[in-house]
Amino acid sequence: MTSKDNGTGNLLEIRGLKTYFFTEDGVVKAVDGLDLEVARGETLGVVGESGCGKSVTMFSVMRLVGHPGRVVDGEIMFDGQNLLDLSEREMQQLRGNRISMIFQQPLSSLNPVFRIGDQVAEVFEIHQSISRDEARQKAVEMLRLVGIPDAERRAQAFPHEISGGQAQRVMIAMALSTQPELLIADEPTTALDVTIQAQILDLMRDMRDRSNAAIVFITHDLGVVAEMAERVAVMYAGQIVEYTDVQSIYDRPKHPYTVGLLASIPKLGEKKHRLAVIPGTVPALVDLPPGCRFAGRCIPRVEQELAICTEVDPDLLSVGEDHQVRCWLYHDHPPTGHEAPLATGRADEEAALRWAGTGD
Amino acid sequence: MDQGDATATKAGAATTESAGAVGNGSAEALLQVNDLVKHFPVRSGVLQRVSAWVKAVDGVTFEIRKGETFGLVGESGCGKTTVGRTILRLIEPTGGEVYFEGEDVFGQGKRDMKRLRRDMQLIFQDPFSSLDPRMPIGESIAEGLTVHGIKGAEADKIIRRVLKEVGLHPEHSRRYPHEFSGGQRQRIGIARALALRPKLIVCDEPVSALDVSIQSQVLNLLDDLQKEYGLTYLFIAHNLSVVEHISHRVGVMYLGKMVELTDRDSLFANPLHPYTKALISAVPVPDPGLKRERIILEGDVPSPLNPPDGCHFHPRCPIAEEICGRVDPEWRNVGTAGLEHMVACHLVEDDAGRGHSQS
Repeated sequence: MTSKDNGTGNLLEIRGLKTYFFTEDGVVKAVDGLDLEVARGETLGVVGESGCGKSVTMFSVMRLVGHPGRVVDGEIMFDGQNLLDLSEREMQQLRGNRISMIFQQPLSSLNPVFRIGDQVAEVFEIHQSISRDEARQKAVEMLRLVGIPDAERRAQAFPHEISGGQAQRVMIAMALSTQPELLIADEPTTALDVTIQAQILDLMRDMRDRSNAAIVFITHDLGVVAEMAERVAVMYAGQIVEYTDVQSIYDRPKHPYTVGLLASIPKLGEKKHRLAVIPGTVPALVDLPPGCRFAGRCIPRVEQELAICTEVDPDLLSVGEDHQVRCWLYHDHPPTGHEAPLATGRADEEAALRWAGTGD
Repeated sequence: MDQGDATATKAGAATTESAGAVGNGSAEALLQVNDLVKHFPVRSGVLQRVSAWVKAVDGVTFEIRKGETFGLVGESGCGKTTVGRTILRLIEPTGGEVYFEGEDVFGQGKRDMKRLRRDMQLIFQDPFSSLDPRMPIGESIAEGLTVHGIKGAEADKIIRRVLKEVGLHPEHSRRYPHEFSGGQRQRIGIARALALRPKLIVCDEPVSALDVSIQSQVLNLLDDLQKEYGLTYLFIAHNLSVVEHISHRVGVMYLGKMVELTDRDSLFANPLHPYTKALISAVPVPDPGLKRERIILEGDVPSPLNPPDGCHFHPRCPIAEEICGRVDPEWRNVGTAGLEHMVACHLVEDDAGRGHSQS
């Protein structure tokens, strides 16, 4: 699997990550064997619905997974160093410095009792050895850079005095002030109005061009991913089910979940009489049945009467240049004792046609 | 009701003229909204005096036709939810009139209002807070029936029927809300709204709180029910793609006012108001290859506590002129060839998109 790589290796490499939550109701396998790479300067979109594990994956990277959850297996290599081996003190030096994160609800991520200018200044004070006055000046510059009008005066405002869009700009200012190599953005525009979202995405692209930071952009919005990402990982129930470049996800989706998702959302400008439906709901992550986690909702499995899907969990398989899918439909040689599905070449086209045909 | 009918006819005339000429002969106004106003008082100080007004809805006029889905779209603070609730008189209006099948909704007494409410129902946005967690869902549905004197075996029959209609098992009527998923709870909300066989259902962001892969299930269900039972929907949402998919006619709101209204296809193919254009261009489309001209608006949405003078949109409008900051634009039909295309903008002349400035 090649990703955009300028020869100095990937900035972030996650191998076999497993993050489980040990609850009273059982073990919730929120992330269950995840491999992911992000090259320097690249934007990776992580797409999935609630409960798929996309946020937990990134909290695992930041070592911010709280009780009763913990990382039980795997490695997280950041610039060649396994983050899971670092002490908390060493992680604190990385967080907000070389790796930054912005969250979905900007107004609740800001401390309500401190002025916004001081909160941005704090980042400088912690990670750079400069005076408070110098930090304040830099903070105002950052606020100006992210488009806060009348920055010097607005720096005196408290979070409740600014709007959601402005609060997100402040978060971006804080996240980028140390010129991190990796920015993790967890649904940064989901809580914003669509015209404000457009402003913030524009700002993020601008900041990205200036700083060449790598970005992991977590979202459930397939439109936002199309705008921001170069490569996309689609997650479902704790696993990556499809992993490829952004154009391929939209032109040649292969996993039945991806195909179904794309066919079920209304797209501006496209007129359908009926939306495709993915039957059923996301399975509970406690006591998962054996086999593929999507099997219960998978129409191609039913149509092709594949038994293996409910018995053995598929691995990610390479199906083309830089395109991986976790699905038995694409396996020519499944494990012994199981029949091969229909010829691999036809499986994805049929799945795609079936979904696309629903409607007009 | 003479006065009411006359007013309705007069008010309806402006839009019905062009509407009738569309050729949709059987379409009649089920709901007529005239200059609806809702201001919420802000009280402060020891004596709780009114210090300001939130002008949530500031003069909105439109009609909804029988059997159609009217999409009402806008961003936060535009007043669309308040419009939905005021029409149903869940909130008392500050001004204006609403006629449902020719009857003056705001002029009804309690008993008549109860009768009207059989025909006008609401589906809420949040499937998690709109069902009483301590009541089995069957009882939640039964509540509405009890109010209208339907109990016992007859009520049970209706409950079973509506649960089946929304794709749920009637046997589950004894289960509690927490035993259902978000999508299922929304179906229960729809079942509850259907129980009395209403004519109009106000859907207030019915899919916004649902996962993407569940949204299409609920949207298809609403579509099916409309076709089966001839329902009329007022569909309130901020997601333009969903609104485009489901609506026949669409109204766009900004800061308490309606700024544009026309049929779905015309709105998205030929938006006239600068805000509508910006709104449509801001929607991210799941197609990475698509190159579009993006209109990025400056600044934030101002507060309905203190809307700007003149046109409420003028401070953020890329083409605003002097008059825009002074005079509130007229809500008028600029559609040519008998088309209905309402717009509130000084700079729009007709629906060929040719603007002119009035100085």
